[in-house]
Amino acid sequence: MSVGAVGVEAVDVEAVDVGAVDVVAGVLLVIGALLTLAAGVGLVRFPDALSRMHAAAKPQVLGLICVLLAVALESGSWLTLLFIAPIVVLQLITTPMAAHMIGRAGYRTKNYRRSLIVSDELQDDIDRAQS
Amino acid sequence: MTIVGVLHAIAAVLLGAAAVLILFRILRGPSILDRMVASDVLVSSVVLVLGVEMVVNHHVRTLPIVLALSGTAVLGSIAVARYVSKHDRVEVVDTEGVPGVEEMEERAEGKVE
Repeated sequence: MSVGAVGVEAVDVEAVDVGAVDVVAGVLLVIGALLTLAAGVGLVRFPDALSRMHAAAKPQVLGLICVLLAVALESGSWLTLLFIAPIVVLQLITTPMAAHMIGRAGYRTKNYRRSLIVSDELQDDIDRAQS
Repeated sequence: MTIVGVLHAIAAVLLGAAAVLILFRILRGPSILDRMVASDVLVSSVVLVLGVEMVVNHHVRTLPIVLALSGTAVLGSIAVARYVSKHDRVEVVDTEGVPGVEEMEERAEGKVE
């Protein structure tokens, strides 16, 4: 009897644990989806390309980390965590590359609203270099 | 429906709405840079959708696709940004109705000496 009772209790504890992990993973998914929605709203409402880049980076870094953590939690395996580490590192390396290239192209082709810029330190440097 | 199912449904709906907004920006432009920024975000939202699907269906089979996408999504926007030229400049006129732009302009003017 006592063995059976212990077994039932163990199963119950495990069920509660799995449920909590599921809820945490679901909350992480919702956070990632919220960040993506925020990026979408920012892309639609911000006035120029350089401002839109600001909104774009949130789901690419924090949203991806949240969702991949949810995947690792859900799978419950260290191997999954080992697999998502290079994904996050790759994304952290490549996202600033794209942002740098797009920002440079946007500045050089003047695809931004001059009137929205508070201070333009690059223009100061360009002026000093050309004088 | 359990609370976990509700959370999954909320995440799916939010990602769908975000994809619609991002598609609007890709279609609307106005410049090629806006489209590239938006398509970068669309790729990352696809990655997030893959992650949500993995959690919902309890598997990790699409993780290699996530790895490949996060490694190569950047190449397209770098290639395009390299060849943007001054001819692609868009006279920004479609932000007249955007709320807050006038305030931002006034603030920018106030700080310029």
